[in-house]
Amino acid sequence: MSVSEPHKESWREWLMTDAPHSRGQARAAAWYHGWLTFRGNAMAMAGLIILVGLLLVAAFAPWLAPQDPFTQDLAGRLQPPGSEGHLLGTDSLGRDILSRLIYGSRITLYIVLLVALIAPGAGLLVGTIAGYAGGWIDVVLMRITDIFLAFPRLVLALAFVAALGAGIENAVLAISLTAWPPYARIARAETLTIRSSDYISAVKLQGAGPLRIIIKHIWPLCISSLIVRVTLDMAGVILAAAGLGFLGLGAQPPSPEWGAMISEGRKFILDHWWVATMPGLAIFTVSLAFNLLGDGLRDVLDPKSGDQG
Amino acid sequence: MALAEQNRGGRRGSPFLKHWVIPAGKTLVSIAATMLGLLFVTFVIGRVMPIDPVLSIVGESASKATYDAAREALGLDKPLVVQFFIYIGDVVRGDFGMSLLTAHPVSEDIKRVFPATLELATLGTLFGVVLGVPLGVIAAVKRGSWIDQVARVVALVGYSMPIFWLGLMGLLIFYGILGWVGGPGRLDIFYEDIVPARTGMILIDSALDGNWSVFRNAFSHIVLPATLLGYYSLAYISRMTRSFMLEQLSAEYITTARVKGLPERTVIWRHALGNIRVQLITVIALSYANLLEGSVLTEIIFSWPGIGQYITNALLSADMNAVLGGTVVVGLIFILLNIFSDLLYKFFDPRAK
Repeated sequence: MSVSEPHKESWREWLMTDAPHSRGQARAAAWYHGWLTFRGNAMAMAGLIILVGLLLVAAFAPWLAPQDPFTQDLAGRLQPPGSEGHLLGTDSLGRDILSRLIYGSRITLYIVLLVALIAPGAGLLVGTIAGYAGGWIDVVLMRITDIFLAFPRLVLALAFVAALGAGIENAVLAISLTAWPPYARIARAETLTIRSSDYISAVKLQGAGPLRIIIKHIWPLCISSLIVRVTLDMAGVILAAAGLGFLGLGAQPPSPEWGAMISEGRKFILDHWWVATMPGLAIFTVSLAFNLLGDGLRDVLDPKSGDQG
Repeated sequence: MALAEQNRGGRRGSPFLKHWVIPAGKTLVSIAATMLGLLFVTFVIGRVMPIDPVLSIVGESASKATYDAAREALGLDKPLVVQFFIYIGDVVRGDFGMSLLTAHPVSEDIKRVFPATLELATLGTLFGVVLGVPLGVIAAVKRGSWIDQVARVVALVGYSMPIFWLGLMGLLIFYGILGWVGGPGRLDIFYEDIVPARTGMILIDSALDGNWSVFRNAFSHIVLPATLLGYYSLAYISRMTRSFMLEQLSAEYITTARVKGLPERTVIWRHALGNIRVQLITVIALSYANLLEGSVLTEIIFSWPGIGQYITNALLSADMNAVLGGTVVVGLIFILLNIFSDLLYKFFDPRAK
């Protein structure tokens, strides 16, 4: 960046250089190296492509969906896949299943994004405070974390939703409430190693308070291991959300949430298999993509634990 | 905390105290804390719910006096802290209140439905262990071979498949199309109530009774849900076995054993596998706990009258006593299995000390 004279250096060479000229270049080079490693992992790339596809489908749902996901057509109910105008068939109210799947991707992404913000955020907060403060604060916070970690997640989420009332937001809250403890543990472990490092002492000597140290100097370093964990957990989140939807505790009809769609199709499973099969395939594909991506990211960001899974 | 205890142990100088009494005390405290935590959470859930438990008993049109009397009878007029202690006392005595749905005490209901879940989860875990451990071992020994790839795919699919959907597909294919297995429920209708319920687990009851036609029918009903449920523990157990085995196989004692000329079979199945048995038991206990919980959705699909279906039915009719009672029971078992696996690990693995 600082080099001003015209040179034939390509982007690639600029990124691959051993001697970066600026902080920006060094950072970009690090990203590029990570990307090269990641790109070599075919499975992880497959996961990434599926997820990018999901994002596009969700963003352009009104243009992609052949029909309105809520329009009922009782004359054309339970049409098999491949029938005219309905690539994946219709459900018991004659709604086009493909269109409902396309709109349902928005709900899935909404749930995933919310949980991916709330649960690691709460875990990061608890974990770094416990790790940095130490002493009795650490003991109390970690005791609480252990207690939550020992709970059965699905059953507890069920009970939460039962108390709060059914709905997407409450399902998100219930899932987050049961999902944060592992993040707290990871964040605490990272904090403990960072806390005693020299640069933290240096920042302290410059007069930084604990709040500033935690937010500006500890959080950024916890992020990468949290991201890996989040990606690996997202498959579980999708399955949990779909499970709650299936039980009628998540998104409410007529919302085209995939789990709820399976639940609707359940009644017809023996005669009209496609109603429940199609949304299940969608859930499977997306959670598989998250698992593949998570495995790949772990190899890139966290080479130490490469062979655990 | 740890330091203080070490000092105490050091000063008194009694190894018995240091190695047994203090760790045991610590474990008991942590069990108690975890269980108290669980009860606290269920208590809070029971308090924040939008349904007024008093109204659901006395009805909308009750007078103020009746309402207050019912409220007092339920103990809801006392301070929350007192209510919490009363709640703990009740749970310790096994009293979860009455179920609105069945009009029985919740504890009796749970006693009735729990064996069905236990039977399902046990069979599922058996399936997972019998297939998962050898699969994991072979995948580790022949790393990178096709069988390793198969194991990888099995695990990936297991981690990504919605369990209730897999159940539906299983029903569709093996019951609907092929007709190989019995349908939903534990027995066909004309086999019901033939054998006396001793354990509540039909396979065991019918075997004890020597009634093999009931046994066969029950088996044809349980085999599909148990296999599908077990698939999840297969995915988990095979993956963990593989990574434990890889760790062992790169150890020096394995090389020594090979150099000594021991047959490869002995090296792998006796030496390496023998050394991971504690870790394996830990993993199996954990996956058993997960299956007990995971059976909730499977039970719905297969109309299996276990605790998962009980909780869900109660949920849908706002029967909070039953929901919370069920949650507490599943939670306690889950916690106990967790702690049990932890203890096993500490007990048998000298490195963990």
